Amino acid sequence: MTLLTIEDLSVHFPTRHKVFVAVNEADLTVEPGEIHGLVGESGAGKSTIGAAVMGLLERPGHIAGGTVSFKGEAISGRDAEAMRSLRGAKISMIFQDPLTSLNPLLTVGQQLIETIQFHLKLSDGDSRKRAVELLDRVGIPLPDERIDMYPHQFSGGMRQRVVIALALCSEPDVIIADEPTTALDVSIQAQILELIKELARERQTGVILITHDMGVIADTTDKVTVMYQGAVVESGATEQVMGNPQHDYTKSLIAAVPRPTLKVHRFPQLSYGGRSIEFHIDDLARNWQKPEPSKSGTLLKVENLTKTFLQKGALIPSRRKYFKAVDNVSFDIRDGEVFGVVGESGSGKSTVARMIATLYETNGGKITFDETEVTALSSNRDLEGYRRQIQMIFQDPYSSLNPRMRVDEIIAEPVKHHKLLEGAAIQHRVDELLDRVGLGSEAGRRYPHEFSGGQRQRISIARALATQPRFLICDEPTSALDVSIQAQILNILKDLQEHLGLTMLFISHDLPVVRQMCDRVGVMRQGQMVEVAETEELFANPKEAYTRELLSLMPKLEGLSTEGLKDEIV
Amino acid sequence: MLTFVIRRVFQSALVLLIVGLVAFSMFRFVGDPIDNMLGQERTDADIARLRTDLGLDQPFPVQYVKFLKGAAEGNFGVSYRQGRPVSTILVERAPATLELAAVSGFFAITIGIGLGVFTAIRRDGFMANMIMSVSLIGVSLPTFLIGILLIYLFAVELGWLPSFGRGDVVNIGWWSTGFLTASGLKALILPSITLGLYQMTLIMRLVRSEMLEVLRQDYIRFARARGLKERSVNFRHALKNTLVPVITVTGLQLGSIIAFAIITETVFQWPGVGLLFINAIQFVDIPVMAAYLMLISVMFVGINLIVDLLYFAIDPRLRVDQKGAK
Repeated sequence: MTLLTIEDLSVHFPTRHKVFVAVNEADLTVEPGEIHGLVGESGAGKSTIGAAVMGLLERPGHIAGGTVSFKGEAISGRDAEAMRSLRGAKISMIFQDPLTSLNPLLTVGQQLIETIQFHLKLSDGDSRKRAVELLDRVGIPLPDERIDMYPHQFSGGMRQRVVIALALCSEPDVIIADEPTTALDVSIQAQILELIKELARERQTGVILITHDMGVIADTTDKVTVMYQGAVVESGATEQVMGNPQHDYTKSLIAAVPRPTLKVHRFPQLSYGGRSIEFHIDDLARNWQKPEPSKSGTLLKVENLTKTFLQKGALIPSRRKYFKAVDNVSFDIRDGEVFGVVGESGSGKSTVARMIATLYETNGGKITFDETEVTALSSNRDLEGYRRQIQMIFQDPYSSLNPRMRVDEIIAEPVKHHKLLEGAAIQHRVDELLDRVGLGSEAGRRYPHEFSGGQRQRISIARALATQPRFLICDEPTSALDVSIQAQILNILKDLQEHLGLTMLFISHDLPVVRQMCDRVGVMRQGQMVEVAETEELFANPKEAYTRELLSLMPKLEGLSTEGLKDEIV
Repeated sequence: MLTFVIRRVFQSALVLLIVGLVAFSMFRFVGDPIDNMLGQERTDADIARLRTDLGLDQPFPVQYVKFLKGAAEGNFGVSYRQGRPVSTILVERAPATLELAAVSGFFAITIGIGLGVFTAIRRDGFMANMIMSVSLIGVSLPTFLIGILLIYLFAVELGWLPSFGRGDVVNIGWWSTGFLTASGLKALILPSITLGLYQMTLIMRLVRSEMLEVLRQDYIRFARARGLKERSVNFRHALKNTLVPVITVTGLQLGSIIAFAIITETVFQWPGVGLLFINAIQFVDIPVMAAYLMLISVMFVGINLIVDLLYFAIDPRLRVDQKGAK
């Protein structure tokens, strides 16, 4: 019997000017034991469907049409109290960020027991027993002890297990998992997805898995529904949709996914809905003052780099605790290459980047840039010349641009700071850069909040290029972006490297992206550089056990259609 | 935890020293106490003798060090005006101010938090909007005006409540309390409303905005998604998280309730330390002023120390000494 049926569901958000249609006549069904993927880019309406099923739509959003039925009975249109009794009891939800999904002030046990007592009406002792069982079921070691701990005492992956345990408290028939692994490392992601698969199989729970990640869809789901701008564009068995997409949007989405197994020269701009951008790299290259290549061929040399952070302060020095974020790391970056650094969160990759950018002071080791020992320079004035030549692009395009500054001020700031140009020439460079990254010079008169994530990342790129640097540090530049926007940004970065001869340090946790972008890769783990190799060599013959483990966890995406990629495969 | 407390105590001592220094250097501009203490028929010899007796002829740093020495032993000197030890006068007056501050603080916190939660949960309701509009008055009207308006309405026109003084008090040891008599309780009502109204509206508006913020958090959405009852979501999950930032401001506000009691005490002729301070300024009674300022700073510092310790009690994330688990 079908657990959940969504028919012609429309969700509207009336605003002062017009009605925003978040979901437009969507259909979806979930059978027992089935994992149904719901995929699309941000704003496609996939999370809205989840919220509508749960009766948790944010006001003024409401179901404007269609029905949601649970085991054949319509549940949409019920009053708030009736929806509440269904929530958690029959249908549960798991949210994206395990760091924010748990109440920080209550122990894990308190939150579990409260929910269990509420739904199953058990005694205190029985509820606690059940809570321990659930923690055990979702794979938390020593559940007897862990139950009395607070959420902050758990790691991200463990917290997501707790969240799943909370969702299971009432033995629901359907679980809606909204981006359950997006905030997690690849190894943790694999474990959580495995857990969800097990639960669906053992308990015959139906799962709606909402995600933007094609890898997750391909590896986990039985069926998939693709959404674009509120509407379902394609639906069917996962293998069939991924391997032989029918709709143009699905095709463009799949073509934009970086493959771990094939290297492409550029991502195809199979744009859908007029999203392609023009990037005038040739113009930019004409005015670019290329520096003399370094004599040795090595632009940046890092030797025995170390960084420790104070973890716990104390009056007595011997009782202070330090955490070694970067431990004796050495590598070289050749002139003109893209050097990738991969690793899980906490492996120290961003810390390395920040030390190179002189944002952090080092606690030992040497950084040499074009035969100048940067770590030996002490005064800010001596460092200025170096800082002009290295620029950084950050992960989060929302917090890396000052919201109170106009875009042209943001881009002009580094030029003024380094006194590279004066007067009208500054504005000229800003306009040129904005043109070149495909935003147009009129974008300079606006403020960052008026731009989408991908556009902001292009503003960040324009800002980084403003001083005509030789070396670009990209710290997870696309991990906050949708896959089609990611493809655009990666293309821009590839062009920069190719035409302007820029050298890059490219930090990412996403192995397929690293394979597309980098000439050589370093693998980091717990502050140490485990392995450095040519990219193709690393993917083909990983030497270290940890590298092999990382590669084995990476979704293979072999069933994905390669339509549109043929001309680009290297 | 222990390191933290020790560090805080050191910081507090430093704050007190600086407050004392600033206060002492200000006194020179208040006027010359000799003028008030000697009558018209004074001679230059009288003035010089009194000046030497009081130690006012000595340079300022020496006076300050002498004051600190005395204060460390609990001896704040003798009031110029009343001729009695300052410590005795303060002990007499303190209960009145502390009782007033306690009642208005209690009033401000309970009603402030209650209304704050109410207006946050019923964000767009008619009542909530009314309360928010009215609360603007509480924030914007000056204390003395509210006091005078209340006196006019409840004491002069309606005649329900007394307009000044503490009413009858009962002495329990050295502590005189107005809590035990009907007239004492009645006398507390108007001054405590006057004193607490501003803090109440402030706490209310703060609780409201913090609560609205907390209600948007993922863990609240997740609690709702688990089907928990609204009451549990609002009070068990949201309120406690709301209180973390509210505590800081509330602590500061309680300190200022005691400090700003001066105005209310003047309006209501409340026989507390605030009124004592006002009178001391008029008479340039340096020992009383100095002792009062030290007392207020001790209270501020003490309340803030308690606030910091409350953080540890409420927020488990700060209890770093606990054995953490990965």
